[in-house]
Order: sequence, then C-alpha cells, then structure tokens
Amino acid sequence: MFEAFKTRAEGVGAEVHRVATREEALLFIRWFLETERINESPGSGALWAKSALLDGVPESEIPRHPGLSHDVSRDRAAQAKLGISEAQWGVADTGSLVLDQGAPEQRLVSSLPTIHLALLPTGNILAGKTQVFAKMNPATSKYIAFITGPSRTADIERVLTIGVHGPERLVIVCIDDVEGGTR
Amino acid sequence: MNKEFKAKIDRAVNNANLTGALGKFSEAYKVNRAKAYEGIDFEELRGRVACIKSEAAADLDGLAEEFRKNAEALGAKVFRTSDPHQVKEYILKVAQEAGVKTVVKSKSMATEEIHLNPYLVKNGISVAETDLGEWIIQLAGQTPSHMVMPAIHLTKEEVAELFSKEVEERLAADIPRLVKVARNELRPKFLAADMGISGGNIAVAETGSIVLVTNEGNARLVTTLPRIHVAVIGVEKLIKEFAGVAPILEALPRSATAQLLTSYVSIISGPTQNDDGSPKELHIVLMDNRRSEMARDPKFKQALQCIRCGSCLNVCPIFRLVGGHVFGDIYTGGIGTILTAWFDELKKSEDIQGLCIQCGNCTQVCPGKIDIPELILEIRRRLVLEKGQPLLQKAIFSVVNNRRMFHGMLRAASLAGKPFSSGKFIRHLPLFLAELTDGRSLPAIADKPFRDQFRDLKQPVCAEKAVFYAGCLMDFAYPEMGVALIKLLNKAGIEVIFPDEQTCCGAPALYNGAYEVAAQNAADNITALLAAEASYVVSACPTCTVALAHDFQKTLESVGRTEWLPKAKELAAKTVDLSTLVKRLVDAGRLSFKEGEQLGAVTYHDSCHLKRTLKVFDEPRELLEKAGYQVTEMFECDMCCGMGGSYSIKLPEISAPILQRKLQNIKDTGAPVVAMDCPGCVMQIRGGMDQDGAQVRVQHSVELLVDRIKG
Repeated sequence: MFEAFKTRAEGVGAEVHRVATREEALLFIRWFLETERINESPGSGALWAKSALLDGVPESEIPRHPGLSHDVSRDRAAQAKLGISEAQWGVADTGSLVLDQGAPEQRLVSSLPTIHLALLPTGNILAGKTQVFAKMNPATSKYIAFITGPSRTADIERVLTIGVHGPERLVIVCIDDVEGGTR
Repeated sequence: MNKEFKAKIDRAVNNANLTGALGKFSEAYKVNRAKAYEGIDFEELRGRVACIKSEAAADLDGLAEEFRKNAEALGAKVFRTSDPHQVKEYILKVAQEAGVKTVVKSKSMATEEIHLNPYLVKNGISVAETDLGEWIIQLAGQTPSHMVMPAIHLTKEEVAELFSKEVEERLAADIPRLVKVARNELRPKFLAADMGISGGNIAVAETGSIVLVTNEGNARLVTTLPRIHVAVIGVEKLIKEFAGVAPILEALPRSATAQLLTSYVSIISGPTQNDDGSPKELHIVLMDNRRSEMARDPKFKQALQCIRCGSCLNVCPIFRLVGGHVFGDIYTGGIGTILTAWFDELKKSEDIQGLCIQCGNCTQVCPGKIDIPELILEIRRRLVLEKGQPLLQKAIFSVVNNRRMFHGMLRAASLAGKPFSSGKFIRHLPLFLAELTDGRSLPAIADKPFRDQFRDLKQPVCAEKAVFYAGCLMDFAYPEMGVALIKLLNKAGIEVIFPDEQTCCGAPALYNGAYEVAAQNAADNITALLAAEASYVVSACPTCTVALAHDFQKTLESVGRTEWLPKAKELAAKTVDLSTLVKRLVDAGRLSFKEGEQLGAVTYHDSCHLKRTLKVFDEPRELLEKAGYQVTEMFECDMCCGMGGSYSIKLPEISAPILQRKLQNIKDTGAPVVAMDCPGCVMQIRGGMDQDGAQVRVQHSVELLVDRIKG
C-alpha cells in the first residue's frame, strides 16, 4: 500500500519519506528545519499545528529550533516558510492525504506557507476514496481536506506551473510505528 | 443565422492563437484523459454517476429541504431561491450588514450565470477573482471561454500585458514568473478580505456538506481567511448521500483535466471557527434559476446529470476551432448550449445550437451520460415549434416530402449542373451558391440515378432476398456504389430488391428540427421497405441506417404518431449496415476473398454515425485486410470530416477547416487510398481532395471490396 501511495504522490510532485518510529520522524524534522534554514527572520519561520503524534512526547524531545513555533496565528502563517501538520489518512490510488481540518490553524499551516510538511501514520494509507469515505464523518469533521501534491495551475497556455496560492512543496513523512500504524 | 454571429465565427476561426492553442490542447487531452482512466471501468463509473445525479434531479425539492435542515442544524444559514436577482440582493444584504468592503472569490459558474461581480461592484464592494484564469479574465474585462479553463483563449504574451498594467511593471511572458506575480498580488487581498465567495461542486443533502474541487488552493483560502463565507450553488449540485461524493470525485478530475484527483478537495459541513476564535458566518445560497423546471421536462432533466467537467468542450471538433466566446458569455460548448437555452433563454440558443455538427464525440466521454447532441436537436425542434421553420427551409422540406417532385428536381439538377461541372464534379457554382463549393467540389448529379439503373441490372434469382435502401446520395450522386453493393450481395446468393417508393430518410429535416417532415419521411419509408418479403433491409449510408434503425421510432413517437411504432420496430430489427452484413456473410463462409495479392496501403475514415451510434469500426477494417489491403491508421481516424449533412452548407466557414484537417491526416499516412462507409463523407472528402489536387483515391468500402470477392 505504501509503495502504491508513494508512486502516486511522487507522480503529482509530492516528496515522500518513510521512517520507522516517531523518534525517527522527530529527527527527520530537526534535519529538515536545518536544511531549509528555518530562522526567526520574516519569511523564514516554521509553524507546527497541534498534532496527536506529539501527545505524550516529553517536552524535552519536541524539536526546538529558532523560528519554529507551535503557536499558530494568521500573521505567523502568512510569514512562515514551512508549515507542519498531521494527516489522518492516505489514499493509495491517488497519492492523496486526507486531513481533518476543522480547526483553522490546521488550514493556516497547510495553505499559507511555501512548504507543507505532513506527517502520516503509514498504517492509515487506504486503497481508495471509497474506503476513506467509509471512515469519515462530516458530522464531527467539519472541514475535511484532500491534498494531492502541491498547489498547481495550468491556466496560462495549459502549462503546468507549481505553487499558485497554496504550498509549492508538499513533503510527506510516513511513520510506521505509531498508533494506527503497522507495528 | 445572423450576420454578427457569422462574423464572430469568422474572427474565431481566423485567430491563429486561439485555434492553435485549442487544437494542441484537444490532442493532448485525448491522450491524457485515456491515461487518467487507466484501470477504471469508465462505463460502470459513469453509470453510477448518472444514477446518483438523475435520482437527485428527480427530487430536487426534497433534497434542497433536507440539505437546508441538515446544514442549518450545523449552524449554516441556507437561502433558497429560484430568482437570480434575489441571490444578488441576499449577498449584498449580508455584506452590508456585516460592513464588508472587500470580497475574494474562488471559481463559481453560478455567480457568472447571475453576473454577481458587477452588481457588487456597483454597490461599492470591491471584488477580486482569485482563480488564476478568472483573475486574468477579470483584468481583461472578459468572460470565461471554458468552464474549467476560463482563460484558455489568451496567450502568455497577452497575460503578461495585463499583469504589467496591474502591477505597473514591465513583465516578460514567462509563465512561472507570471504565476508568482499572481500569488504575490492576490495574497494581501486574501488576508484582508471580509467575505469569501465560492461556488460548490457538490452539495450533500444527507450531511449538509458542500464539496469544493480546486487545484490552486484559492478555495481553501477563500473559505478560511475571511470571516464570512458565502457559497453559491445551483440546486443541480445536490446529491442525496455522502457516499455519492466518491464516484463523482473519481470522474470529475479525470474528465476535466485528466488528473486522478485535483490538488485540493474540501468538504465543508457547517461553519468552523475563524482563526481569531470567532465563529465563522457560513451562508449557503441554493439557486434554482429554472433548474427545477428543467427537472420536470422529460427530455431536458437529463442535462442535470452534468458535473461541469467540460469534457464535451474538450473533444468537440467545433469548440476547438472557434473557442468558447462564439458560444456565449457563460456556459460554453455542447452542454453550454443547453444550459444557455434554459438558464438564459431559448432564443439565446438560436444561433449557437446550429454549431453542433452532431458527430457524437461528446456522448463518448460525458461522465454524466448526457446525450448532448440529442438534447441540442430537441432545442432545434422547440425553436422550430416556437418560431416556425424559415420559409426557404420549409419549401425545401415540403419538396422532400413529395417524393416525385423531389426526385424530379434532382434529375433536373443533373442537367442544370452541367455548365459548371467537369467530369465527376461541380467545381464552381454561380453567385450566392458559390460558397457551397468553397474548398470542396460537389459531386455532379448522376446522368442516370440508381433507381433507373436498377431496372436494367441482371440478378440471379435467389431464395434469400434483401431490400436495399439507397438514400439520396447513393441514388442520385453515386449510383455506382449501389451497383457494387448488389453485385456483392449477389455473390453471397442474396437477391436485392429496390422498392421504388423509398424516399429521403428524413435526416436533413430531423437535424433541422423539422420533426413533422421527418416523421412523414419515416412513415413513407416504413411502408415502402416493409412491403416486400426480405431477410434484411441493408443500407450503405450510416446516417440512413441510423434513421431506419433508431430515429424513425423516436421521431414518430415525439410527434405522437405512435400507431406507427410496431412497424418502425419491425423495420429497425431488419435494418443492417453494409459492413456488418458483409462481415457476417464472410464469417458464415458465404463470401470469400481472392487470395495472394497485395493491394497496398489504405487508410480508413470512421464516419460519425457508424462509429458512435452503430458502434461499427472493426468490421470494415477487417474486411479491407481480408480483401488484401494493408490498413494504415490515420491520426484522429474517427474525427468528423465536417460534412454533417446540411451543416457544410450552413456553416462552411467551420466545415472547411475541419475538412482541411481531415485531408491532412489522410495525406500524412502516405496511403494512396482512403476508404469509408458513408457516401456523405465520400462527397465531402472526395470533393476536398479534388480541390486540394492530392493524388488520393476516396472510395466507399463497397467499391474496394466488390472486385475482391470470389465468384
């Protein structure tokens, strides 16, 4: 399932990584913050929206980095280079992420910054839309977002161009060993 | 057709940028769409989509109320109206009460339909379209030319020009750079706007949810950043169950842009919080504007199965030539013609309905399974009922209904045509008729029509008989095709009967909306063709075959002459096209081909009615191969040749370039012969080749097959 998901997601321009544990994921994020030179100057920050993955993680193990904040606001999101959030489901046949984004900060970090990094439990990758629809409940999830690759347009001369109003890059980190994942 | 409309067409077909861009796009679309549907049973999928949508259309009122109840329970305000003006008033009222100064919009055809933007602007509210294509046309002061790609008619140079003015900086025609400019210009507008207006691709009654499908991410910002969100949704977007969203999402992106899924799909069920913690105001406007009336119409209710993918535009040979603006300001292309007739007014569709050549390409790809050409014919019929037939047309059709007079005139034309014909063609016609021969020579009327030649033909006496329905072209222009057909069937031990009382199949009248005339043609032919005892009624003209096998019943039924239906059915069951019959006879061992001779390459042109209505395309190819030819496929072998019966006479400015494309595709194969199964296509393509001067023989299959059969 993961391989199918990866192929489809990369096919639409997403970057897909896979790690074994939550600890490895946190390490990946530290590395990513470094590589992308996240810092406190305007336009270079990172924002991390509330994520169930961090529940129970000791304060000391949560990555700290200059320019990284967990306090999401519109202004910070508009200035951020990187937004980090968690996806609930993956869709193998289209390479899509499905995110429960009823909380506005989840949308801010995944739509305004230039890069969106999404964490996804590998075990939550389902075969297709039909399987995902069977799991979703609009009565409790008021804003469900399917995200498939970065923002794109072909409105000028049908030439595919990446990054119009949403992120130019979508980085997906699949984590094997978390709740709901394949242990 | 009015002069202004003709001038519009003229400008469009002579706009090289437009036809170049659309031509390239339509070619790429065909390939990409097929790829996007790989591994998916399209017929099964569109069956489900059509079912979900048609069930919804049957209960729009019930679903709208259920939606209202459920969305309001979640905290949304739902406003339902049939009047477009009330939609505008409602949105303005919401805006004024909340002190809204600026609005950002994501793409919404429903708001285009009611001209919302100028109304808000007039009332002092600034409105920014944020979909890149919509923003471009907003800056250009134009209207969308395509439902999915609103600015497809503009070049990057034109866009650079528009953007340069907007940002007061000289910009190069560099697409990634222009997209960046749009991002940077629109971002502050998103952040500052008080109200976001979106459309909606689907509205789910069961859950009160709306679904937005986009690629750029603008709808996510429009529905997130401003404190008020207004969604304007046509009631035909309603579906009953949440589970119905998945199949529509399978089909919509694949058909619209050949994507497996768009970058973003948002499913919004009631208002959420704003990012400052305040509750968002969510208003959902369910707009009717004659959709419910459409749902009650036995024919047009089908059009509500549309999911607005625009694929009917992308495969249309006319659209790719003239673009969207010839069709009108809002909904364009095939489905647009139908929607304009309803949401705007029937009269508005008077000219544009004539653009449809009835090739049927769109019926093959429509994910809502809408028979668009048939609905356009129905518009034609209603226009004729409302306005009456134009006098000249009326005169022509009354002649067609008088077989003796009609045939007499055709004979007279054989003599009258002489001064202008050379050999087999009429090359020039005088005065106002000259445009008929523009780019194409017309066949000279035969000295001796088939019906006269038939009497002198010697046939073996056989137990098995077939009735031959010739059709006008074979009877009066190409009798040699009829003679070949008889020779061929005789070799299989079938004796051919030609009832003299047969007349025009009625297709010209039908395709011009003159159903009463067509119905009379049907009745006359049914009587003539069923009079003799025979195993088959065979025709070598696909349009005639479709008339006999499909249209007679439908036409007679729609004018209320139901007493004819049993006989029409009897005739339909006996009717067969030539290639299908010959293939059957070959398979049964009753006909066999001479062996051991290589006859060289031949390319095959699929005629619209044969390929898409009768679904016959392998048979003629197989027969040509068996006969000793090597079939070399041309590019777009099943694209219309531009003939379309009287279409080529009414709209020669469109028919001619379509023909030119076909001629080029034929010539590119290098085959010295092109075969086809339709005498109408022969007339168009042979005439085109004659004026082109190319050394390509244009033949009906029957002419190529007959001498290759043993016996």
